[in-house]
Amino acid sequence: MSLGTRPKPVIDNWNRAFWTACGEKQLILQRCLATGRCFFPPAPVSPFSGRPEWEWIRASGKGELWSFVVFHQNYFDGLKDELPYPVAMVKLDEGPYLLTNLDGMTASQARIGMRLSVRFPGGPEGFVLPQFGPAEPS
Amino acid sequence: MSPSAEMTLAAPAIAVTWPMRDKVAFVGVGTTRYGNFPETDSYGLGCEALSQALKDAGLKRDDIDGLIVNRIPSYERFAETMGIDPQYCLLTETPGRFSGVSMALAAQAIVSGAAKTVALVYGNNGRSVRMLYGGGDSQWSPWGMTSPGAIHAMMWRRHMHQFGTTHADLGAVSVAFRSHACLNPAAVMHGRSITLADHASARPVCEPLRLLDYCLINDGAVAWIMTSAERARDLQQPAVLLSGYARQDAFHYGSAPPDDFWLPSLTACRNVYARAGLGRDDIQGLGVYDNFSPTVMFSLEGLGFCKQGESGDFVRDGMLQLGKGRWPTNTSGGHLSDSYMQGWGLIAECVRQLRHECGERQIPDVQAMQYICATNIAQSAILRRAA
Repeated sequence: MSLGTRPKPVIDNWNRAFWTACGEKQLILQRCLATGRCFFPPAPVSPFSGRPEWEWIRASGKGELWSFVVFHQNYFDGLKDELPYPVAMVKLDEGPYLLTNLDGMTASQARIGMRLSVRFPGGPEGFVLPQFGPAEPS
Repeated sequence: MSPSAEMTLAAPAIAVTWPMRDKVAFVGVGTTRYGNFPETDSYGLGCEALSQALKDAGLKRDDIDGLIVNRIPSYERFAETMGIDPQYCLLTETPGRFSGVSMALAAQAIVSGAAKTVALVYGNNGRSVRMLYGGGDSQWSPWGMTSPGAIHAMMWRRHMHQFGTTHADLGAVSVAFRSHACLNPAAVMHGRSITLADHASARPVCEPLRLLDYCLINDGAVAWIMTSAERARDLQQPAVLLSGYARQDAFHYGSAPPDDFWLPSLTACRNVYARAGLGRDDIQGLGVYDNFSPTVMFSLEGLGFCKQGESGDFVRDGMLQLGKGRWPTNTSGGHLSDSYMQGWGLIAECVRQLRHECGERQIPDVQAMQYICATNIAQSAILRRAA
């Protein structure tokens, strides 16, 4: 793994809190005050109400593997050494989807529907990227 | 009734008359050669396609009072280059879904009186400039997620899980379109037939998709000329009427791949039949947006040619192949085997089919063709030969 050479996230006024929390090994999500539903990527208003009425909540960090792909084509210099690398689409228990990578397992071990949980193994300078691996049996 | 009819869902009943039905016609089309042409650019190619389309229609530049430009960087520079001063002009967004959007805008301009005769010009030099559809900064780049192909790969993996389809099911799509390219002397992949085994063993690009599931990036241009059905009657080509079009957008996926295969929005597009006043049985061939082979499956399921999850069975025995199946699709070779002209070439091919000028790849006695585009701007259109 070479998370240190990954592309850095593009920070804006809405996702800054998300990335700060990742740096503290916490996954947070915006939750709509009117509907109680969470959404991602971070945004100025809730897509469920259209209003700037939301709060940050600490997410469970758990979800299920919705789908995954394995990249063989190189698009980023900083990921060249990781080829072929998987990208997983995880449906968080709170509802939103995250596109992420697998940690502590290979793509050949991936099974759609399997339970996954978040971990924070590292990232490019100044950032920590959430990754997902097999959930601890609860 | 066709053998496939039992497998299809009923098309909606034809009730009200849609005000745009058969009001606008395609009267000229032009397509350049497709390939690697560093000696020109999207302007040069666009001018070439437009000149061809004007000649095809028997019109002059002065007859054009509407201009829609796509993928060419500046509408001003293009109009200046061609010496056209229209009363209606715009540049539409670059994704391929905007070919159908541009068509609808032109139709609305003509019917509303904003323009009489609209030239629509698409030019792309993506191959010679080594355009990479992926990379760069985005929401998901820290995780290495990028490129339209990866989005479709993600969707197809989920489809395989949910419905038991396979990567091999996509082979029937790639093979059918390649067989059409072999009947089209102008297609980039003319003379290079492929088998299901070739599809299965092609190099992986973003698994589960492999090279032969991807469209072909080339330089080239396409132009259409549209005018009112009334004016079309006086022109030299058999008029091809835009009988109906329908669109439903869906932008609620949080920038991630959709989790519903665009099924709800594609299903909404089934009102294209009611709008056109034609049923599925009145249509002889299809133009289906095939940036990647799974898009064809999502289109067929969404528009109700087969039930959701059954597209693999539906296409397996050559359903989309000319001379074999009920629904010859992308007879030019499509994006997979002719060239990725972002829907513009597919619609030009529908026009040529309806003018009965396709030679070896002609669909016998075709009277109506349906275009489908499965994206977050889902669309369908029905074109027919004027009686």
